[in-house]
Amino acid sequence: MNPSSPNTPLVIDVKGVTKRFGKKTVVDHIDMSIQQGTVFGFLGPNGSGKTTFIRMLCGLLEPNEGSGTCLGYDILKERRMIKQHVGYMTQRFSYYEDLTVRENLDFVARVYGVPDRKIAVDQSLQSIGLRGRENQLAGTLSGGWKQRLALAACMLHKPRLLLLDEPTAGVDPKARREFWDEIHALARAGMTILVTTHYMDEAERCHQLAYIAYGKLLAQGQKDFLIQNSGLHTFRITGPDLPQWANDLRDKTGVDQAVMFGSSLHLSGIDREKLEATILKHMKGTHQWEPKATSLEEVFIQLMSQSEDNFSTGSEAQNSHPE
Amino acid sequence: MAVILKEFTQMKRDRLTFAMLAGIPVVQLILFGFAINSDPKHLPTAVVNGDHGPVSRAIIATLQTSAYYTISMPDASEAAAKEALRKGSVQFAVHIPPQFEHDLVKGLRPVVFVNADATDPSAASNALAHLPTLIDRAIASTIGRTLPQTNHPQASVELRIHSAFNPEMDSTFNIVPGLMGVILTMTLVMITALAMTRERERGTMENLLSTPVRPFEVLTGKIVPYVLVGYIQVGLILTAAHWVFDVPFLGSPWLLLACTMVFILANLGVGITFSTFARNQLQAVQMTFFFFLPSLLLSGFMFPFRGMPEWAQALGSVLPLTHYLRVIRGIILKGNTWPDVAPEMIPIAVFLSMSLMLGLLRYRQTLD
Repeated sequence: MNPSSPNTPLVIDVKGVTKRFGKKTVVDHIDMSIQQGTVFGFLGPNGSGKTTFIRMLCGLLEPNEGSGTCLGYDILKERRMIKQHVGYMTQRFSYYEDLTVRENLDFVARVYGVPDRKIAVDQSLQSIGLRGRENQLAGTLSGGWKQRLALAACMLHKPRLLLLDEPTAGVDPKARREFWDEIHALARAGMTILVTTHYMDEAERCHQLAYIAYGKLLAQGQKDFLIQNSGLHTFRITGPDLPQWANDLRDKTGVDQAVMFGSSLHLSGIDREKLEATILKHMKGTHQWEPKATSLEEVFIQLMSQSEDNFSTGSEAQNSHPE
Repeated sequence: MAVILKEFTQMKRDRLTFAMLAGIPVVQLILFGFAINSDPKHLPTAVVNGDHGPVSRAIIATLQTSAYYTISMPDASEAAAKEALRKGSVQFAVHIPPQFEHDLVKGLRPVVFVNADATDPSAASNALAHLPTLIDRAIASTIGRTLPQTNHPQASVELRIHSAFNPEMDSTFNIVPGLMGVILTMTLVMITALAMTRERERGTMENLLSTPVRPFEVLTGKIVPYVLVGYIQVGLILTAAHWVFDVPFLGSPWLLLACTMVFILANLGVGITFSTFARNQLQAVQMTFFFFLPSLLLSGFMFPFRGMPEWAQALGSVLPLTHYLRVIRGIILKGNTWPDVAPEMIPIAVFLSMSLMLGLLRYRQTLD
């Protein structure tokens, strides 16, 4: 269910948000608006400014420029109110390793002033399946369990917005799937979720996506829109000597990406005619080729390499995908 | 070799550690080389003069010109001298009896009575050892020749020394109460500096700051448990002082506990302030050491405060331990009451508010 009605209230609505550390601009004039009930995927390479942006949304960092609201509260002036209604799950496990699972939840419940604390903590333990481990020290939990504990803890005060910073890094596929089922259940119940990830399968499960690199927002929208808007065309090649082919074709005209996927080679390019011409020129009799739908991964790799080009030449105006 | 190189690179990165490695020898050299003097001179002295004759004036003048005594109250009343001794504003009270000169000339061996503050025996002993010689010289220079027993002037005066507050000149009486202040300083500053730095180092600070908890709540939350720890230490030391070391307890225990509260808070304030500067727990420990060292050496715990040059005394006067030592020794050994110790409590309170204010100013609600 994608809440696309224009009447749905905006949970995040910020403009021109900028953060500099010294001379380095980490987040550069980002505008973002997210409607209630959306699962919003936030993607970008490491060090692109995702974490810094999230920290500014929840009042952990003060933006140098920009303004806006989060849950209707001013991100500059009403940080305390935002903190009261936002659940933030940090990238690194940041609960107390020398407290037990129950003690950690108990502490969080007290800090937020959760009513009927004991019942709330019991329910939370029940829902994440940590009932049997409640007296185990948090530090001795495995990665997947720590992540569950962290999620439970940041939802204990029933926040209206969840900010999850790479919540599934290092978590096995089954636990990840369960985690995402839970996310969608929460979104159906009206919660808004902003989640950062490097996994494409997770990106595909988001209602809306944004891609950020070098502190700039390069693309924003639904998955299909992003793929269409990228202008990329992709072909799948099968046949002999493909790894060698991939190497040879990578620099040829029309080829923007050449990537091996198992026993097939995926070639992508913006200029379809040039790409086809190059393929035909190099093809031998035993090779087969067919057009294929462009995937998100190709779109993002394209965005990343373009932004790298822009930065290396310094011509930021050439940014061909502003939205 | 690989490890050696890596270690040097890391040392270069951690500039604070590097500064400590260079700074501590320098500080030690300055403190031990210049500031510390176990033979204190110019000790403030009150004179209760019942005679006012030329000989008594000569004695006062001789004491004044000697290196050991500084006559801060040249003509004190009996009560004022006693009061000054109790407050610690003078180290000695010298009593010259009425008709001193008359008795002296007649060979009646008048009694010069010296009341010495012996809470710190090492501070008083050297000065007292020189006293007979000084008195002899004063007598000899004025009327020595007219005395009946010209050759033995020292026999002409009877010198009675009373070691007030610590009659047996037992140094444990001085050290054990002082130790309480030293232990509180070391453990409390370190424990709070570590408690906050640990949150930052382990990443839990990010989580704590993302909650609506107020700075005041965090700071009091970090302070209150350690106040309790401080009082447990106080209880342990006082019990040991009483049962193991037989230190007398003359003053009010409640007054002591109340004054200790201010002192504990002052130290916790320092710890909190350090924690806002330290980037990791090692740095927090190093800062604690940097604070503890001068506290130990300049406060008058290890070496008599009055033996130090003025700049060192000024430095020592900033430290809460200096004043707390006087308060606690005053209450335990001299039976001081609130009016006596109040002047020493003011600097501690000032220090407390400064350190807490700095800690609060430095405390960031964001990760900036």
